[in-house]
This record gives sequence, C-alpha cells and structure tokens, in this order.
Amino acid sequence: MTTPSASPAPGSFLELRDLRIHFPTEDGLVKSVDGLSFKLERGKTLGIVGESGSGKSVTSLGILGLHKGGRAKISGEIWLDGEELVGASQDHVRTLRGKKMAMIFQDPLSSMHPFYTVGQQIVEAYRIHHKVSKAVARKHAIDMLGRVGIPQPDKRVDSFPHEFSGGMRQRAMIAMALSCDPELLIADEPTTALDVTVQAQILDLMLDLQREFNSALIIITHDLGVVAELSDDILVMYGGKCIEYGAAEDIFYRPEHPYTWGLLGSMPRLDREPTERLLPIKGTPPSLINVPSGCAFNPRCPYRERTGGKATTEVPQLVESDGGHLVRCHMPREERRAIWENEIKPMMEGV
Amino acid sequence: MSADEKGGVSVGASDALLSVQDLKKHFPVTKGLFKRQVGAVRAVDGVSFDVRRGETLGLVGESGCGKSTTGRLVTRLLEPTGGKVVFDGHDITHMTQPKIRPLRRDIQMIFQDPYSSLNPRHTVGAIVGAPFRIQGIKTEQGVKKAVQEILELVGLNPEHYNRYPHEFSGGQRQRIGIARTLALKPKLIIADEPVSALDVSIQAQVVNLLEDLQNELDLTYVIVAHDLSVIRHISDRVAVMYLGKIVELADRKNLYESPMHPYTNALMSAVPIPDPARRKDRERIRLQGDVPSPLNPPPACRFHTRCWKAQVICKTEEPPLVELAPGHQVACHFPENADKVSASAAAKIVQNVDEALDPKRPVA
Repeated sequence: MTTPSASPAPGSFLELRDLRIHFPTEDGLVKSVDGLSFKLERGKTLGIVGESGSGKSVTSLGILGLHKGGRAKISGEIWLDGEELVGASQDHVRTLRGKKMAMIFQDPLSSMHPFYTVGQQIVEAYRIHHKVSKAVARKHAIDMLGRVGIPQPDKRVDSFPHEFSGGMRQRAMIAMALSCDPELLIADEPTTALDVTVQAQILDLMLDLQREFNSALIIITHDLGVVAELSDDILVMYGGKCIEYGAAEDIFYRPEHPYTWGLLGSMPRLDREPTERLLPIKGTPPSLINVPSGCAFNPRCPYRERTGGKATTEVPQLVESDGGHLVRCHMPREERRAIWENEIKPMMEGV
Repeated sequence: MSADEKGGVSVGASDALLSVQDLKKHFPVTKGLFKRQVGAVRAVDGVSFDVRRGETLGLVGESGCGKSTTGRLVTRLLEPTGGKVVFDGHDITHMTQPKIRPLRRDIQMIFQDPYSSLNPRHTVGAIVGAPFRIQGIKTEQGVKKAVQEILELVGLNPEHYNRYPHEFSGGQRQRIGIARTLALKPKLIIADEPVSALDVSIQAQVVNLLEDLQNELDLTYVIVAHDLSVIRHISDRVAVMYLGKIVELADRKNLYESPMHPYTNALMSAVPIPDPARRKDRERIRLQGDVPSPLNPPPACRFHTRCWKAQVICKTEEPPLVELAPGHQVACHFPENADKVSASAAAKIVQNVDEALDPKRPVA
C-alpha cells in the first residue's frame, strides 16, 4: 500500500502517526498496536513501558519494517528523518536498517548466528553499508568491541557467541548495532536477561554512546527503574494503545492514569522506607484478540465506577492534561489529580 | 570457617527450623572416554545459616552465585558434597529417599518458571492433588474437596479444577504452583525466583499472596531471588551470596541501611532507582568485568578481583564470616560502615588496615 499521505513531512526526526499493526489469525484479529502516535528528536530518549502483550515489541519491529512481507496489516505513518516508511518498499527499508536505524534485542544468544564469529557478524553488517575491504571492516569491528568494553577485543573478535558471557554477548550485540553509527537506536529489553551489576554497566554504556553519537534512543522495558534512569519522555502502553505519555517527571511524580498508578504501586522500591504491602493491579493483562470494550483497562480499574458508565461503552481519547502530558482516561482531570494526591501517593510513600 | 566458630552466633536448636552448616556442592567436570574428572564447579562452597521458625530468609546474588543450588540442596533435590542440613531436628544431609519421603511433606518448593514446572497433560486438580496421592494421605471429604479449598486459598476459581495449565496466564500458573506446595500444609517453603518470570503487576499480586499465606498458615520461607527490591520487601533477614559463599548475612534493616560488604554495596548501588530526579546525582559503584568462573574461583576472598578495597591480605587469607555487629555477619577484611562494628571486631579490622598500609610487614 503506497498511498502518499496528504500530511506533510514532520519536523521531528522520528514521528509515528496513528500506527496500527494488526495480525489476522484463525481466532480473530490481533490488534497488537492500535493507533500509536509519538515524536522523538535526535539525542533524546523515549522509554516505552508496558506488560507482556501490550504491543511494545511489535511497535519496535514495525518501525524497523520487520513486519513487511509478513501477515501483518500495517497502516498509519512512520516518518524517519523526512521519509515515510509504512509505504516504502521492503528493499528500501532494508537499506535503512543498520545505518539509519538499528536494534538491540533482548536475548543476544538467539539473535546472533551461532555458526559465525562475533567479528564476522559485525563485519558483514558494516560492509553492507560501507564499501571497504574485509581487513578495514575487521579493524572497525575490533574498535567497536573495544568501545563497548570487551577486554582484548583483537582476540575476542574471533570468538563465537557461545564463548561470551551474558553481559559480554549483550555488549557485542550493542557493538553490532552501533557499528554503522545508526541515528535511531531501538533497545528492546536490553538488560532484562542480565544481572544488576552488569545491567548498570550496560545502561551507562548506552548513555555514553548515545551522547557520543547524538542518536535518538527508544528503550522498551517493563522495568520502571531502567526507564527512570534513561528516559526523557515515557510512553505507557496497555492493550496496544498509549494510555499515558509525558516527560519522565510527569509519569513518576504526577501520573494520572490508574494503570500507571498500578505499575508504580506494584513495584517495591529500594529508595524508600519499605511499605507493609504492595498495591498490585487486580486481574491480568487482556488478550489482544479480546480487548475489553470501551476502555481496555476497565476490568482491572478500581475507579471504573467514577466514569459515569462510559468505561465499558466508549474508548477514551488520549487528551492533553498539561503541557505535553497526555492521558487516556474517562475521569475528569481534576478528579484524577485529586485521587493521585490524596489516595495513591500517600499509600505508596508508606505510613 | 567451621561451624564451631559460629557457635555463639547461631540460634538455639529450638527456634531454628532449618540449620545449614558448611554446606558444599561440587559438580564434577569430566573429560574423555572414561569420564576422568578434571575439575569441579564449586557451586556452593561452605555455606552456613539458620532459618528461624516463622521468618523469611532471602538469598540474593547474581546468576551463578549458587543461590538456587543452595535451595535445591536444602530440599534434597541435589545430594550435598559436604556439610550438614538439619531440618526440624532431623539430619537430612544424606538421608535415603524412603526415609526422607515423609519429611518432604514439611519441605516444599516453588519453582521459577510457571510454564515448565507444571505437567501440561495433567489437570490442575491432578497437579495440586498429586502430593496427597504420593504421600498416601486420605482427607476427610476426599481429595477433590481439599484441592478446591487450596485453590480458593491462593485466589483461583475452584471450578477450574478440571482445566489444564495452558488455559491459565503466567500469574495464575504460579498460583497453581503455590497451591501444590501448600497442599500438605508444609512448615518450610523454598521459593526459587517465585516472581521473576511474571509481569510487574502480577509480581505484586504473588508477593502479597506469599505474605498473606505466611501469616495465615504460619509458614517459614527461604526465598531465592536476584531482585534486591523484592527481597527487601519480603524478607526478615537477607543473605548475600557471591561465588558459592555467603558474604553478608543480616536482618533486612541493617543490610539495606548499612551494608558492610563491598559487594553488597555495589549490588545495591547498581539497582536502578525509579526516580528521574536522582539519576543525575547518584553515585554508582561500577564493578569491573564479570563474575569469575566457579570452576576456578579466585583464592582467598573471592571478591578481590573486582573489589576496589582489595589489599594483599585479601589475596592470601580468606575472610571468615563473622558477626561484626549484633546479628550482622560479614566476610570481609575491610568492611564498610565500620562505625556499626563492635569493638572486638574493629580491632581486627584496624590491624588489617595497618598491614595493608605497611606492606613490608609479613602478612599474618
């Protein structure tokens, strides 16, 4: 589908407009991403937070164009540096991957080829975008491995992925993603499989490299701690939709959506006095085939009675609550703020 | 360190439900046709602790530190290489299977992965009812009724008795696993990463459930996890492990407010704080490199290769796990937060520091 959109190219480096990625299955249509819009500038970091099945990974694969040619039905617009990608051909998007945009996957062992050495895999990616000899590309690979903190890079370049430890593998993965200086880097749960001390090293490394290359970074995770460390803006996803978007400070200090409250209340925190009990969200995340009617969160929402019956009948709109802080909730703004200040915040801070 | 040295520290046999002394597990590494042993992975290498009745002990550490192996040794899913495990007055270290079976009623285990720990071809009723069948226990109103009561206790619908595991979400499966451990009203539950495979909002549900069950059924927990925030929330006392050893053991408040072992400090400073305002001014201890291989652990203090305080003595003499402050055991020659240290222990530390500053003096 190559309908040139009527809307002009945006000024932002990356902009998604009403992106929808649906998968037809035997059981019904899975609306993994259902109307997602956001903007991201160079040098900035966006954190996408959500539980499993909220559509965060499908979004990232969609931006990279990895759903093209599959069964996915994609609509909407993805603008990357003045270029629209949803309508672009598969071959064209392939030339952008690696150089313009790259991805760090969650599980480095299964996303690297076990038969080739780490060096060969970096060299291959580099030589697709740069017409250089193998020797030059190899030097570059060694250089990249050194920069992500792998000891003895000139020796380790000839190692196979299985010879690396988990943390080193993730570093090699980052080296591979960064080998062509991508302008957009998407990291999908980059540290979930790692121990905390290694996670700290990797997060520091990603921040340093982002500063150096001034690239735009999207970090996808379920760990609110990781998001708080890295992100300028945060997008909270639930059931394929953005339910809250704002600056990191908005989301952590002035959250307005009951789901965001639930996420924050579910998480034990080391930086505060221990609370007696956690405040979990009841129920389980919805199946994307059977998204609840009206507000997708309504079966789990403790405040559904306060929406005047709209919770199950009407899908709430994503409305700006305050400069750049968007919330998808039926409750009026003043009521949401009152609930946060008077009910949720005191409980989370403990007595 | 021998168990005798620790004698003053350990609690009396009456209030310790589980007592572990110098527990070891070495997995042999073999080579060649005749499986000649060429080495051993020292997964657990001399671990001692007590678990008191009704408390929750958290075992925390990075992958490969031996925390899960410790859990499996205590439940005798693995045969210890050395040391002693005493449960409720019985030495179960090398007890034979027929003898240990009656005791298994009292020690149960919750596993990490709710997907692989339930038999996909058995119904929930069969899974949760299995302990009754295996132990040959007759209940008053039949097994089905008993199972349904347990399902209700863990927050599952008792009508789902005939469903299969694949019909449940991850959180619900973990509840099934918990229901199975509760079937025979055990005294001690070992939970190996009970929430790490679950979504954030579900984690909190399961953590709350574990706490409620402990209050209701008077359970004792050993919780093995890598997540320091979850461990702090749920535990009364916490043991930090590194490469098969306990490096620090203290009650929750002391451990988290004034950690003494440099490794504990580094671990805590590495946890991301969910507060965007703090990211700029926080100081993080960056540990270099990875955890060394347990196949060939560093000599003496195992942390010395990554420790910023390491001196000569750390490479030559292993620091024993000793009580430096009331209820606070640490294995380090140069502990942090030394103001909390009791007088006798402080003298030893001062001596260590002197020796470190004066390298000409021979190391003791």
